[in-house]
Amino acid sequence: MQRSALRLFIPLLALLALVAAACGDSSDEPDDAASESTTTTTEAEEEAEEATILVFAAASLTDAFGELGAAFEDANPGVTVEFNFAGSSALREQILDGAPADVFASANNSNMETVVTEGAASDPEVFVTNQLQIVVPAGNPGGVTGIEDFARDELLIGLCAAEVPCGDFGRQALAAAGVEPAQDTDEPDVRSLLTKVAEGELDAGIVYTTDVIAAGDEVEGVDIAPNVNVVAEYPIAVLTEAPEPDIAAAFMAFVLSDEGQAILASYGFGSP
Amino acid sequence: MTRSRPPWPLIPLAAIGGLLLVLPFAALLIRVPWSDLGSILRQPIVTDALRLSVVSATAATLVSLVLGVPLAWILARTVLPGASIARAVVLLPMVLPPVVGGAALLFAFGRRGVIGEPLYESSGFLLPYSLWGVVVANTFVAMPFLIATVESSLRSADLRYEEAATTLGAGRWTVFRRITLPHAAPAIVTGSVLCFARALGEFGATVTFAGNLQGRTQTMPLAVFLALESNREAALALSVLLVVVSLAVIIPLRDRWLGT
Repeated sequence: MQRSALRLFIPLLALLALVAAACGDSSDEPDDAASESTTTTTEAEEEAEEATILVFAAASLTDAFGELGAAFEDANPGVTVEFNFAGSSALREQILDGAPADVFASANNSNMETVVTEGAASDPEVFVTNQLQIVVPAGNPGGVTGIEDFARDELLIGLCAAEVPCGDFGRQALAAAGVEPAQDTDEPDVRSLLTKVAEGELDAGIVYTTDVIAAGDEVEGVDIAPNVNVVAEYPIAVLTEAPEPDIAAAFMAFVLSDEGQAILASYGFGSP
Repeated sequence: MTRSRPPWPLIPLAAIGGLLLVLPFAALLIRVPWSDLGSILRQPIVTDALRLSVVSATAATLVSLVLGVPLAWILARTVLPGASIARAVVLLPMVLPPVVGGAALLFAFGRRGVIGEPLYESSGFLLPYSLWGVVVANTFVAMPFLIATVESSLRSADLRYEEAATTLGAGRWTVFRRITLPHAAPAIVTGSVLCFARALGEFGATVTFAGNLQGRTQTMPLAVFLALESNREAALALSVLLVVVSLAVIIPLRDRWLGT
């Protein structure tokens, strides 16, 4: 009896793991946190009711928007800002699938353009810029001095996959410099690339300046020549189907305000 | 086994359980671009990933057979201090998130790893970013399925045949080879199939330990995950291929359980 139960249990466990593995670790689904306001509001600033907005933001904005959201909540009592941080293309798909978001902040223009073209958002504005930088482990064991070193076969080189913005921009910079990269891995997102460099498992990678600052002492940055560097523009927009359009507009205005820009600058973002 | 009518409370619960498992696959099939499937499946990103997946899952199954069957025997038959802890540790990769396994592999066999660093310094050999790294990651995650299956078979086996062979003068190696292995053969086959199927779907440990490069380390689950970001049709086509290959591996096994 016990044996036959075990014989069934193990394959069942196996199937479960198989399915889980085959599905991959997909990005988090947006939670249904955007609560519905019962009153119609005229001015977000005057609103005294409890309200929540859901902001979909690029993963590279995680730390900066965390602080920015807290500052916005302090300035607007009763308002809660919730975030869904993920790769911009994953966020784009979730928005087009009808996720109940109020604001979309993308790490590149193309994902925003798709959302606007599909009618899910309008009037996007660029709120920050970000540049690329070479990231190397502390002490720079590979002796990397510039983007030309990405052609060196003896180094362990990592890029972001071409499918995600940092991989797309990185390839643009390499092409502008006329460098054929000898990369050993195309990491699925900027954080996993950064982790491998910080662990010393890669000699160099191309990430955003803000990532190098956020990673701290474990890594060093090597500048990419300005004439080949790519400036990534981050657009933000209120979504057409936003459950809280007024608060969403106020949040967007706050991001573009001097106070919001100062917070973003402290994380290494440039002004548009 | 006699067929019988189920007690009524089982029916709705079983239906919900079945739907939970089947509905997502049905939804997947609806979204698949069937008319373009042929041309999508001929894209290099698909053929490279398919080849790497089959090669690495096969290699991982062979390695698991060579290393896992002896380990299963040791765990099942010897009286070791702390044997139950050893059994738990061996099965740990089955329940841990594979990403954790990948990070652990990196700490052991990466360029800065406990074993990886001296190996790299002395020979220049590096497991990550190579097919060998994919095989190691697959083996790490999939071998416990083989071990668990074979071990439970060895523990419940009738020992009288082995004892008889021993009294007739057979050595321990001969007994293992001529009696134990043939008796465990069905479990070894089942375990190998589960191991292969699990290796085929491996994602987290592979991407964390071996990285992702088309034609070198990008297996089908990795290709699906990346294509989902930019090329949903290719992702869906790859998913269907993965489902078909997995079913082809699992269905014969399922028939075995039913005893047909």
